[in-house]
Amino acid sequence: MGKTMSEKILARAAGKDAASAGDILWVDVDRAMMDDILGPRVEIAEGLKAFGDAVWDADKVVIISDHYTPPASVKQAEIVKFTRDWAAAHNIRNYFEFVGPCHQIMAERGFVSPGSVVLGTDSHTCMGGALGAFATGVGSTEMLGVLVTGKTWLRVPETIRVEWSGELPAGVMAKDLSLKTIGMIGHAGATYKAVEYVGTAISKLPVDERMAIANMAVEMGAKAGLMECDAKTEAFLNGKLAETHRAETSDADAVYCESFDFDAGTLAPMIACPHEVDNVFDVRDVRGTDIDQAYLGSCTGGRLHDLRIAANLVKGRRKADGIRFLVSPASQEIWEAAEKEGVLGVLAEAGAVILAPTCGVCVGLHSGLLGAGERCISSSNRNFIGRMGSKDAEIYLGSPLSVAAAALAGRIADSREYL
Amino acid sequence: MERIIKGKALKYGDNINTDIISPPQYMELSIADAAVHAMRAVDPDFHVKAKDHSIFVAGANLGSGSSRETAPLTLKYLGTEVVIARFFARIFYRNCINLGIPAIECPEADKISEGDALVIDLELGAIENISKNECYRCGKIPAHIFELIEAGGLIGYLHNSVGGR
Repeated sequence: MGKTMSEKILARAAGKDAASAGDILWVDVDRAMMDDILGPRVEIAEGLKAFGDAVWDADKVVIISDHYTPPASVKQAEIVKFTRDWAAAHNIRNYFEFVGPCHQIMAERGFVSPGSVVLGTDSHTCMGGALGAFATGVGSTEMLGVLVTGKTWLRVPETIRVEWSGELPAGVMAKDLSLKTIGMIGHAGATYKAVEYVGTAISKLPVDERMAIANMAVEMGAKAGLMECDAKTEAFLNGKLAETHRAETSDADAVYCESFDFDAGTLAPMIACPHEVDNVFDVRDVRGTDIDQAYLGSCTGGRLHDLRIAANLVKGRRKADGIRFLVSPASQEIWEAAEKEGVLGVLAEAGAVILAPTCGVCVGLHSGLLGAGERCISSSNRNFIGRMGSKDAEIYLGSPLSVAAAALAGRIADSREYL
Repeated sequence: MERIIKGKALKYGDNINTDIISPPQYMELSIADAAVHAMRAVDPDFHVKAKDHSIFVAGANLGSGSSRETAPLTLKYLGTEVVIARFFARIFYRNCINLGIPAIECPEADKISEGDALVIDLELGAIENISKNECYRCGKIPAHIFELIEAGGLIGYLHNSVGGR
């Protein structure tokens, strides 16, 4: 009987010839990532002292201060300092700060390789699945266990197969495909399971776009969201990886617990309305909803492809009066590339404020919180009540193009009318 | 870990996510200081009520969203001894277990109301609702997870298996 990618990756990581969904395995962790907000400061620094105060393999640990950067308060600054000092004291050479959301940095700097097991103290760690890794989020205590032993226990998940055939029409992005998938499967429809994304629409997408899909697998409750490594993945990884990768593919006769088939050719821009990510509508059903803020950024929607395509839409136009148009490139590297290409200039001329690469806006820590009664459209991944500030604010999720169109219109709009 | 847990329930609905339990704006504070803001979007009095209601009951998909362990840490700080839901989001479930908080899946969780007196038998996988004179079957905690809970969480388990100092 055939095996899925997840079954193969986890079997290899557990030192077994084969594994099947439902097996409980102790697996070797290839990369352990911590951020500032849920890293050493929560349980880990104190807890590790009882285990000799040393990590099992410093080169497999990556620490990225991204949530509280740049700090908006003395407390936030102290958390970043604590994280920086802790990394130095534990010989963690792979420490980064102020360069952008951890998942983007992990991918950009070659810390996510196909076929590897990647754990991180952030739920959107699943973005690594876009590169063919088994990547998933864990809590701080679980990370402490990994730092001590290099291992954790995982139940091999059943896999849901999601096939997108055809090709996305103009004005429709991977984010729309991602939201449609979540709307159909439901925000808990993949709980405890893995999701595998296949089909021509996926293989035609650039890696930047694939990441926006895998990033949001957890919004269906999934443990991991995986895509097979192909020529585009190899091109993205070229020169980044320190090791040879061990890419896995699913067998043709692999067993899936569920299958979904979608046609990308008929997809329209999708919007997730408050306060759940699966509360998804065709943009034509919600157009005209006034907004106060348009946010283009985050590990979901702030990559170079996103900024380019949004800049193309707003070029020579001006944001609506009275709204804030905030842009946060997903990394320092993306910032520099977008600047060189003139993309940031175009966005700024349209009235956008270019912010630091950070998690701060998406999760309401700094740089653009919402007050009661305010409404934001965001290219990020979560629209939970209170997430970006007041519990009486509303968050709508859309593609970078939908965010750009809304910034121009001052209300939710169909980006295809601006192309 | 006691295998029989008694207490009064607080009851919430579906999709109580980690942004609700542990609002991100207060995560820079200590657990003690952040605890007064726990659940504020749905129940601003939670931090007071939790003191004499040690059982946290919710509907479907409890703990969805972020991996933040500050969510179960806050519940534990406020006195929650056990969490019950129709089903859990996976990272929250693992975080509870790793902290030694039993997380029990109960298909009939919706029958429980705020203030109900419950007796939970972890080994049998049963909940007795004294207030309503009802009994609910719930998912038994798998053996490998029970081992973790018995050790008081992952750290206790690691002390036993790897040996801390």
